[in-house]
Amino acid sequence: MYAQMVKTAGTGLKSREEMTEQERNFQDKIDADIKIEPKDWMPDDYRKTLIRQIGQHAHSEIVGQLPEGNWITRAPTLERKAILLAKVQDEAGHGLYLYCAAETLGVSRDELTQMLLDGRMKYSSIFNYPTLNWADIGAVGWLVDGAAIMNQVPLQRTSYGPYARAMVRICKEESFHQRQGYDAIRKMAEGTPEQKRMAQDALNRFWFPSLMMFGPSDKDSVHSAQSMAWKIKINTNDELRQKFVDQTVPQAEYLGLTIPDPDLKWNEDRGHYDFSEPDWSEFFDVIKGNGPCNVDRLAARNKAWDDGQWVRDGLLAHARKKRARDLAAE
Amino acid sequence: MNNEWPLWEIFIRGQHGMSHRHVGSLHAPDAEMAIKNARDVYTRRNEGVSIWVVEANAITASSPSDKGPMYEPSESKVYRHPTFFDIPDEVGAM
Repeated sequence: MYAQMVKTAGTGLKSREEMTEQERNFQDKIDADIKIEPKDWMPDDYRKTLIRQIGQHAHSEIVGQLPEGNWITRAPTLERKAILLAKVQDEAGHGLYLYCAAETLGVSRDELTQMLLDGRMKYSSIFNYPTLNWADIGAVGWLVDGAAIMNQVPLQRTSYGPYARAMVRICKEESFHQRQGYDAIRKMAEGTPEQKRMAQDALNRFWFPSLMMFGPSDKDSVHSAQSMAWKIKINTNDELRQKFVDQTVPQAEYLGLTIPDPDLKWNEDRGHYDFSEPDWSEFFDVIKGNGPCNVDRLAARNKAWDDGQWVRDGLLAHARKKRARDLAAE
Repeated sequence: MNNEWPLWEIFIRGQHGMSHRHVGSLHAPDAEMAIKNARDVYTRRNEGVSIWVVEANAITASSPSDKGPMYEPSESKVYRHPTFFDIPDEVGAM
C-alpha cells in the first residue's frame, strides 16, 4: 500500500449515542455509499486523516519516481527506455491527481510539499530500498505496482469523492505499470542463466519489502476501525497482503522463480497460501528513517525543490507582469 | 507574498465527446502554461482533442445545503418527460 500506518485522527470509533446529530448524518451518508464532496460538512478528524492519507499516497508516487528514474538512462533497449520513461511520467501524474484531491480538503500544495521535504509526512517504506540493476526495475513493476493495485482498486469506492475519482484514473493506468514490469522480468527469467539469476536475486530482495507495503499485521493496526467505518480504508492490511501473495505465487511459478520463503505453501483448508511474515523490526526501522535510501530520497527531493525555485518564481513573476500589462492596455 | 502558482480547473473534450468535461486541476503560473501542463497531466492516452482551463477562484459553485430547494421542485414535474404521455400504438413512432 502506498499509505502505511496512517494515524487516524480523533479518539477512535464512536457509538451512535456518542455522536452529535451532524456526525450521525455524516455516518449515515457514508453507510449509504453517498460520496462526501469538498463543500459538504465533515468531522475535523475525517478531514485530518484524509489529508494525511492522500498526502502520503501522493508523496509515495513522487518519491517512487526516484528508484525507477535511476535506470532510464541505462535501460537495455530504446523500447524499454521509452516504456520506463512513460511509466515514470505516469507516476508524476498520479502524484498530481492525489495532491489535487488533498488540496480540496483545505491544505495547500506548498504545505504538503514542505511537510514531505522536512520529514513531517511519510511516503511508502518500499521506496527506501535501492534499485541495483535492471532486473530490479522489472521486480518493482511486477511486485511494487502489483501491491499498489491491490490496495488502490478497492479505494476507488472510498467515501471521499475527489479521492475516489483520482483512484479511478490511477487504476486505469496502473495496470500498464504492472504488466510492463512482469514483461521485463519475464524476459530476464527466460534469458541466459546469468539473467535468470539476476531475476531471482531481484525477487529475493523485493519480496518481503513488498509484503511490508500493506502495513503492519491487523493485530498491530490500532487505527483501522475508525478509518474503515469512514470507508477511507476498505480492507484490512492482512486481507490485502494475503490476496497479493495468492495472486503473485503462480506468477512467480510461471517464470520458474522461487519465492524466498521456505514456509510458503498452499493451505487446502483455508484456500490460501500460508507464508512468513516480513521482519517487522526492519519495517519500523525503515519508517523511522533508517532504511538503505531514506537519506538519499529526501536529499534528492529537497535538491529538486531548491533547484527549481528560480524557475517557479521566474514564471510567476512573468505571469504577474503580463497580467498587469494586459490590464493597463484595457 | 504567497508564491504558490494558482490552481486551474481543467476541462477536456474527447474525440467523440459532445462537451468539455471536468477532469481535475493543476497549478500553473498562467493560462498558457496551464494548457501545456494539462496536456501532460490529463491527455497522455488520447483522452482529448480540446482543453479548457479556468482559474479555480473564478468558479462559483452552488452550495450543497441548497440541494433541497434547488432541485426538489423538478421532481414533481414528471410531465416534463416524454414518457409521461401515452401515445396509442396505432399512431406509430413519435
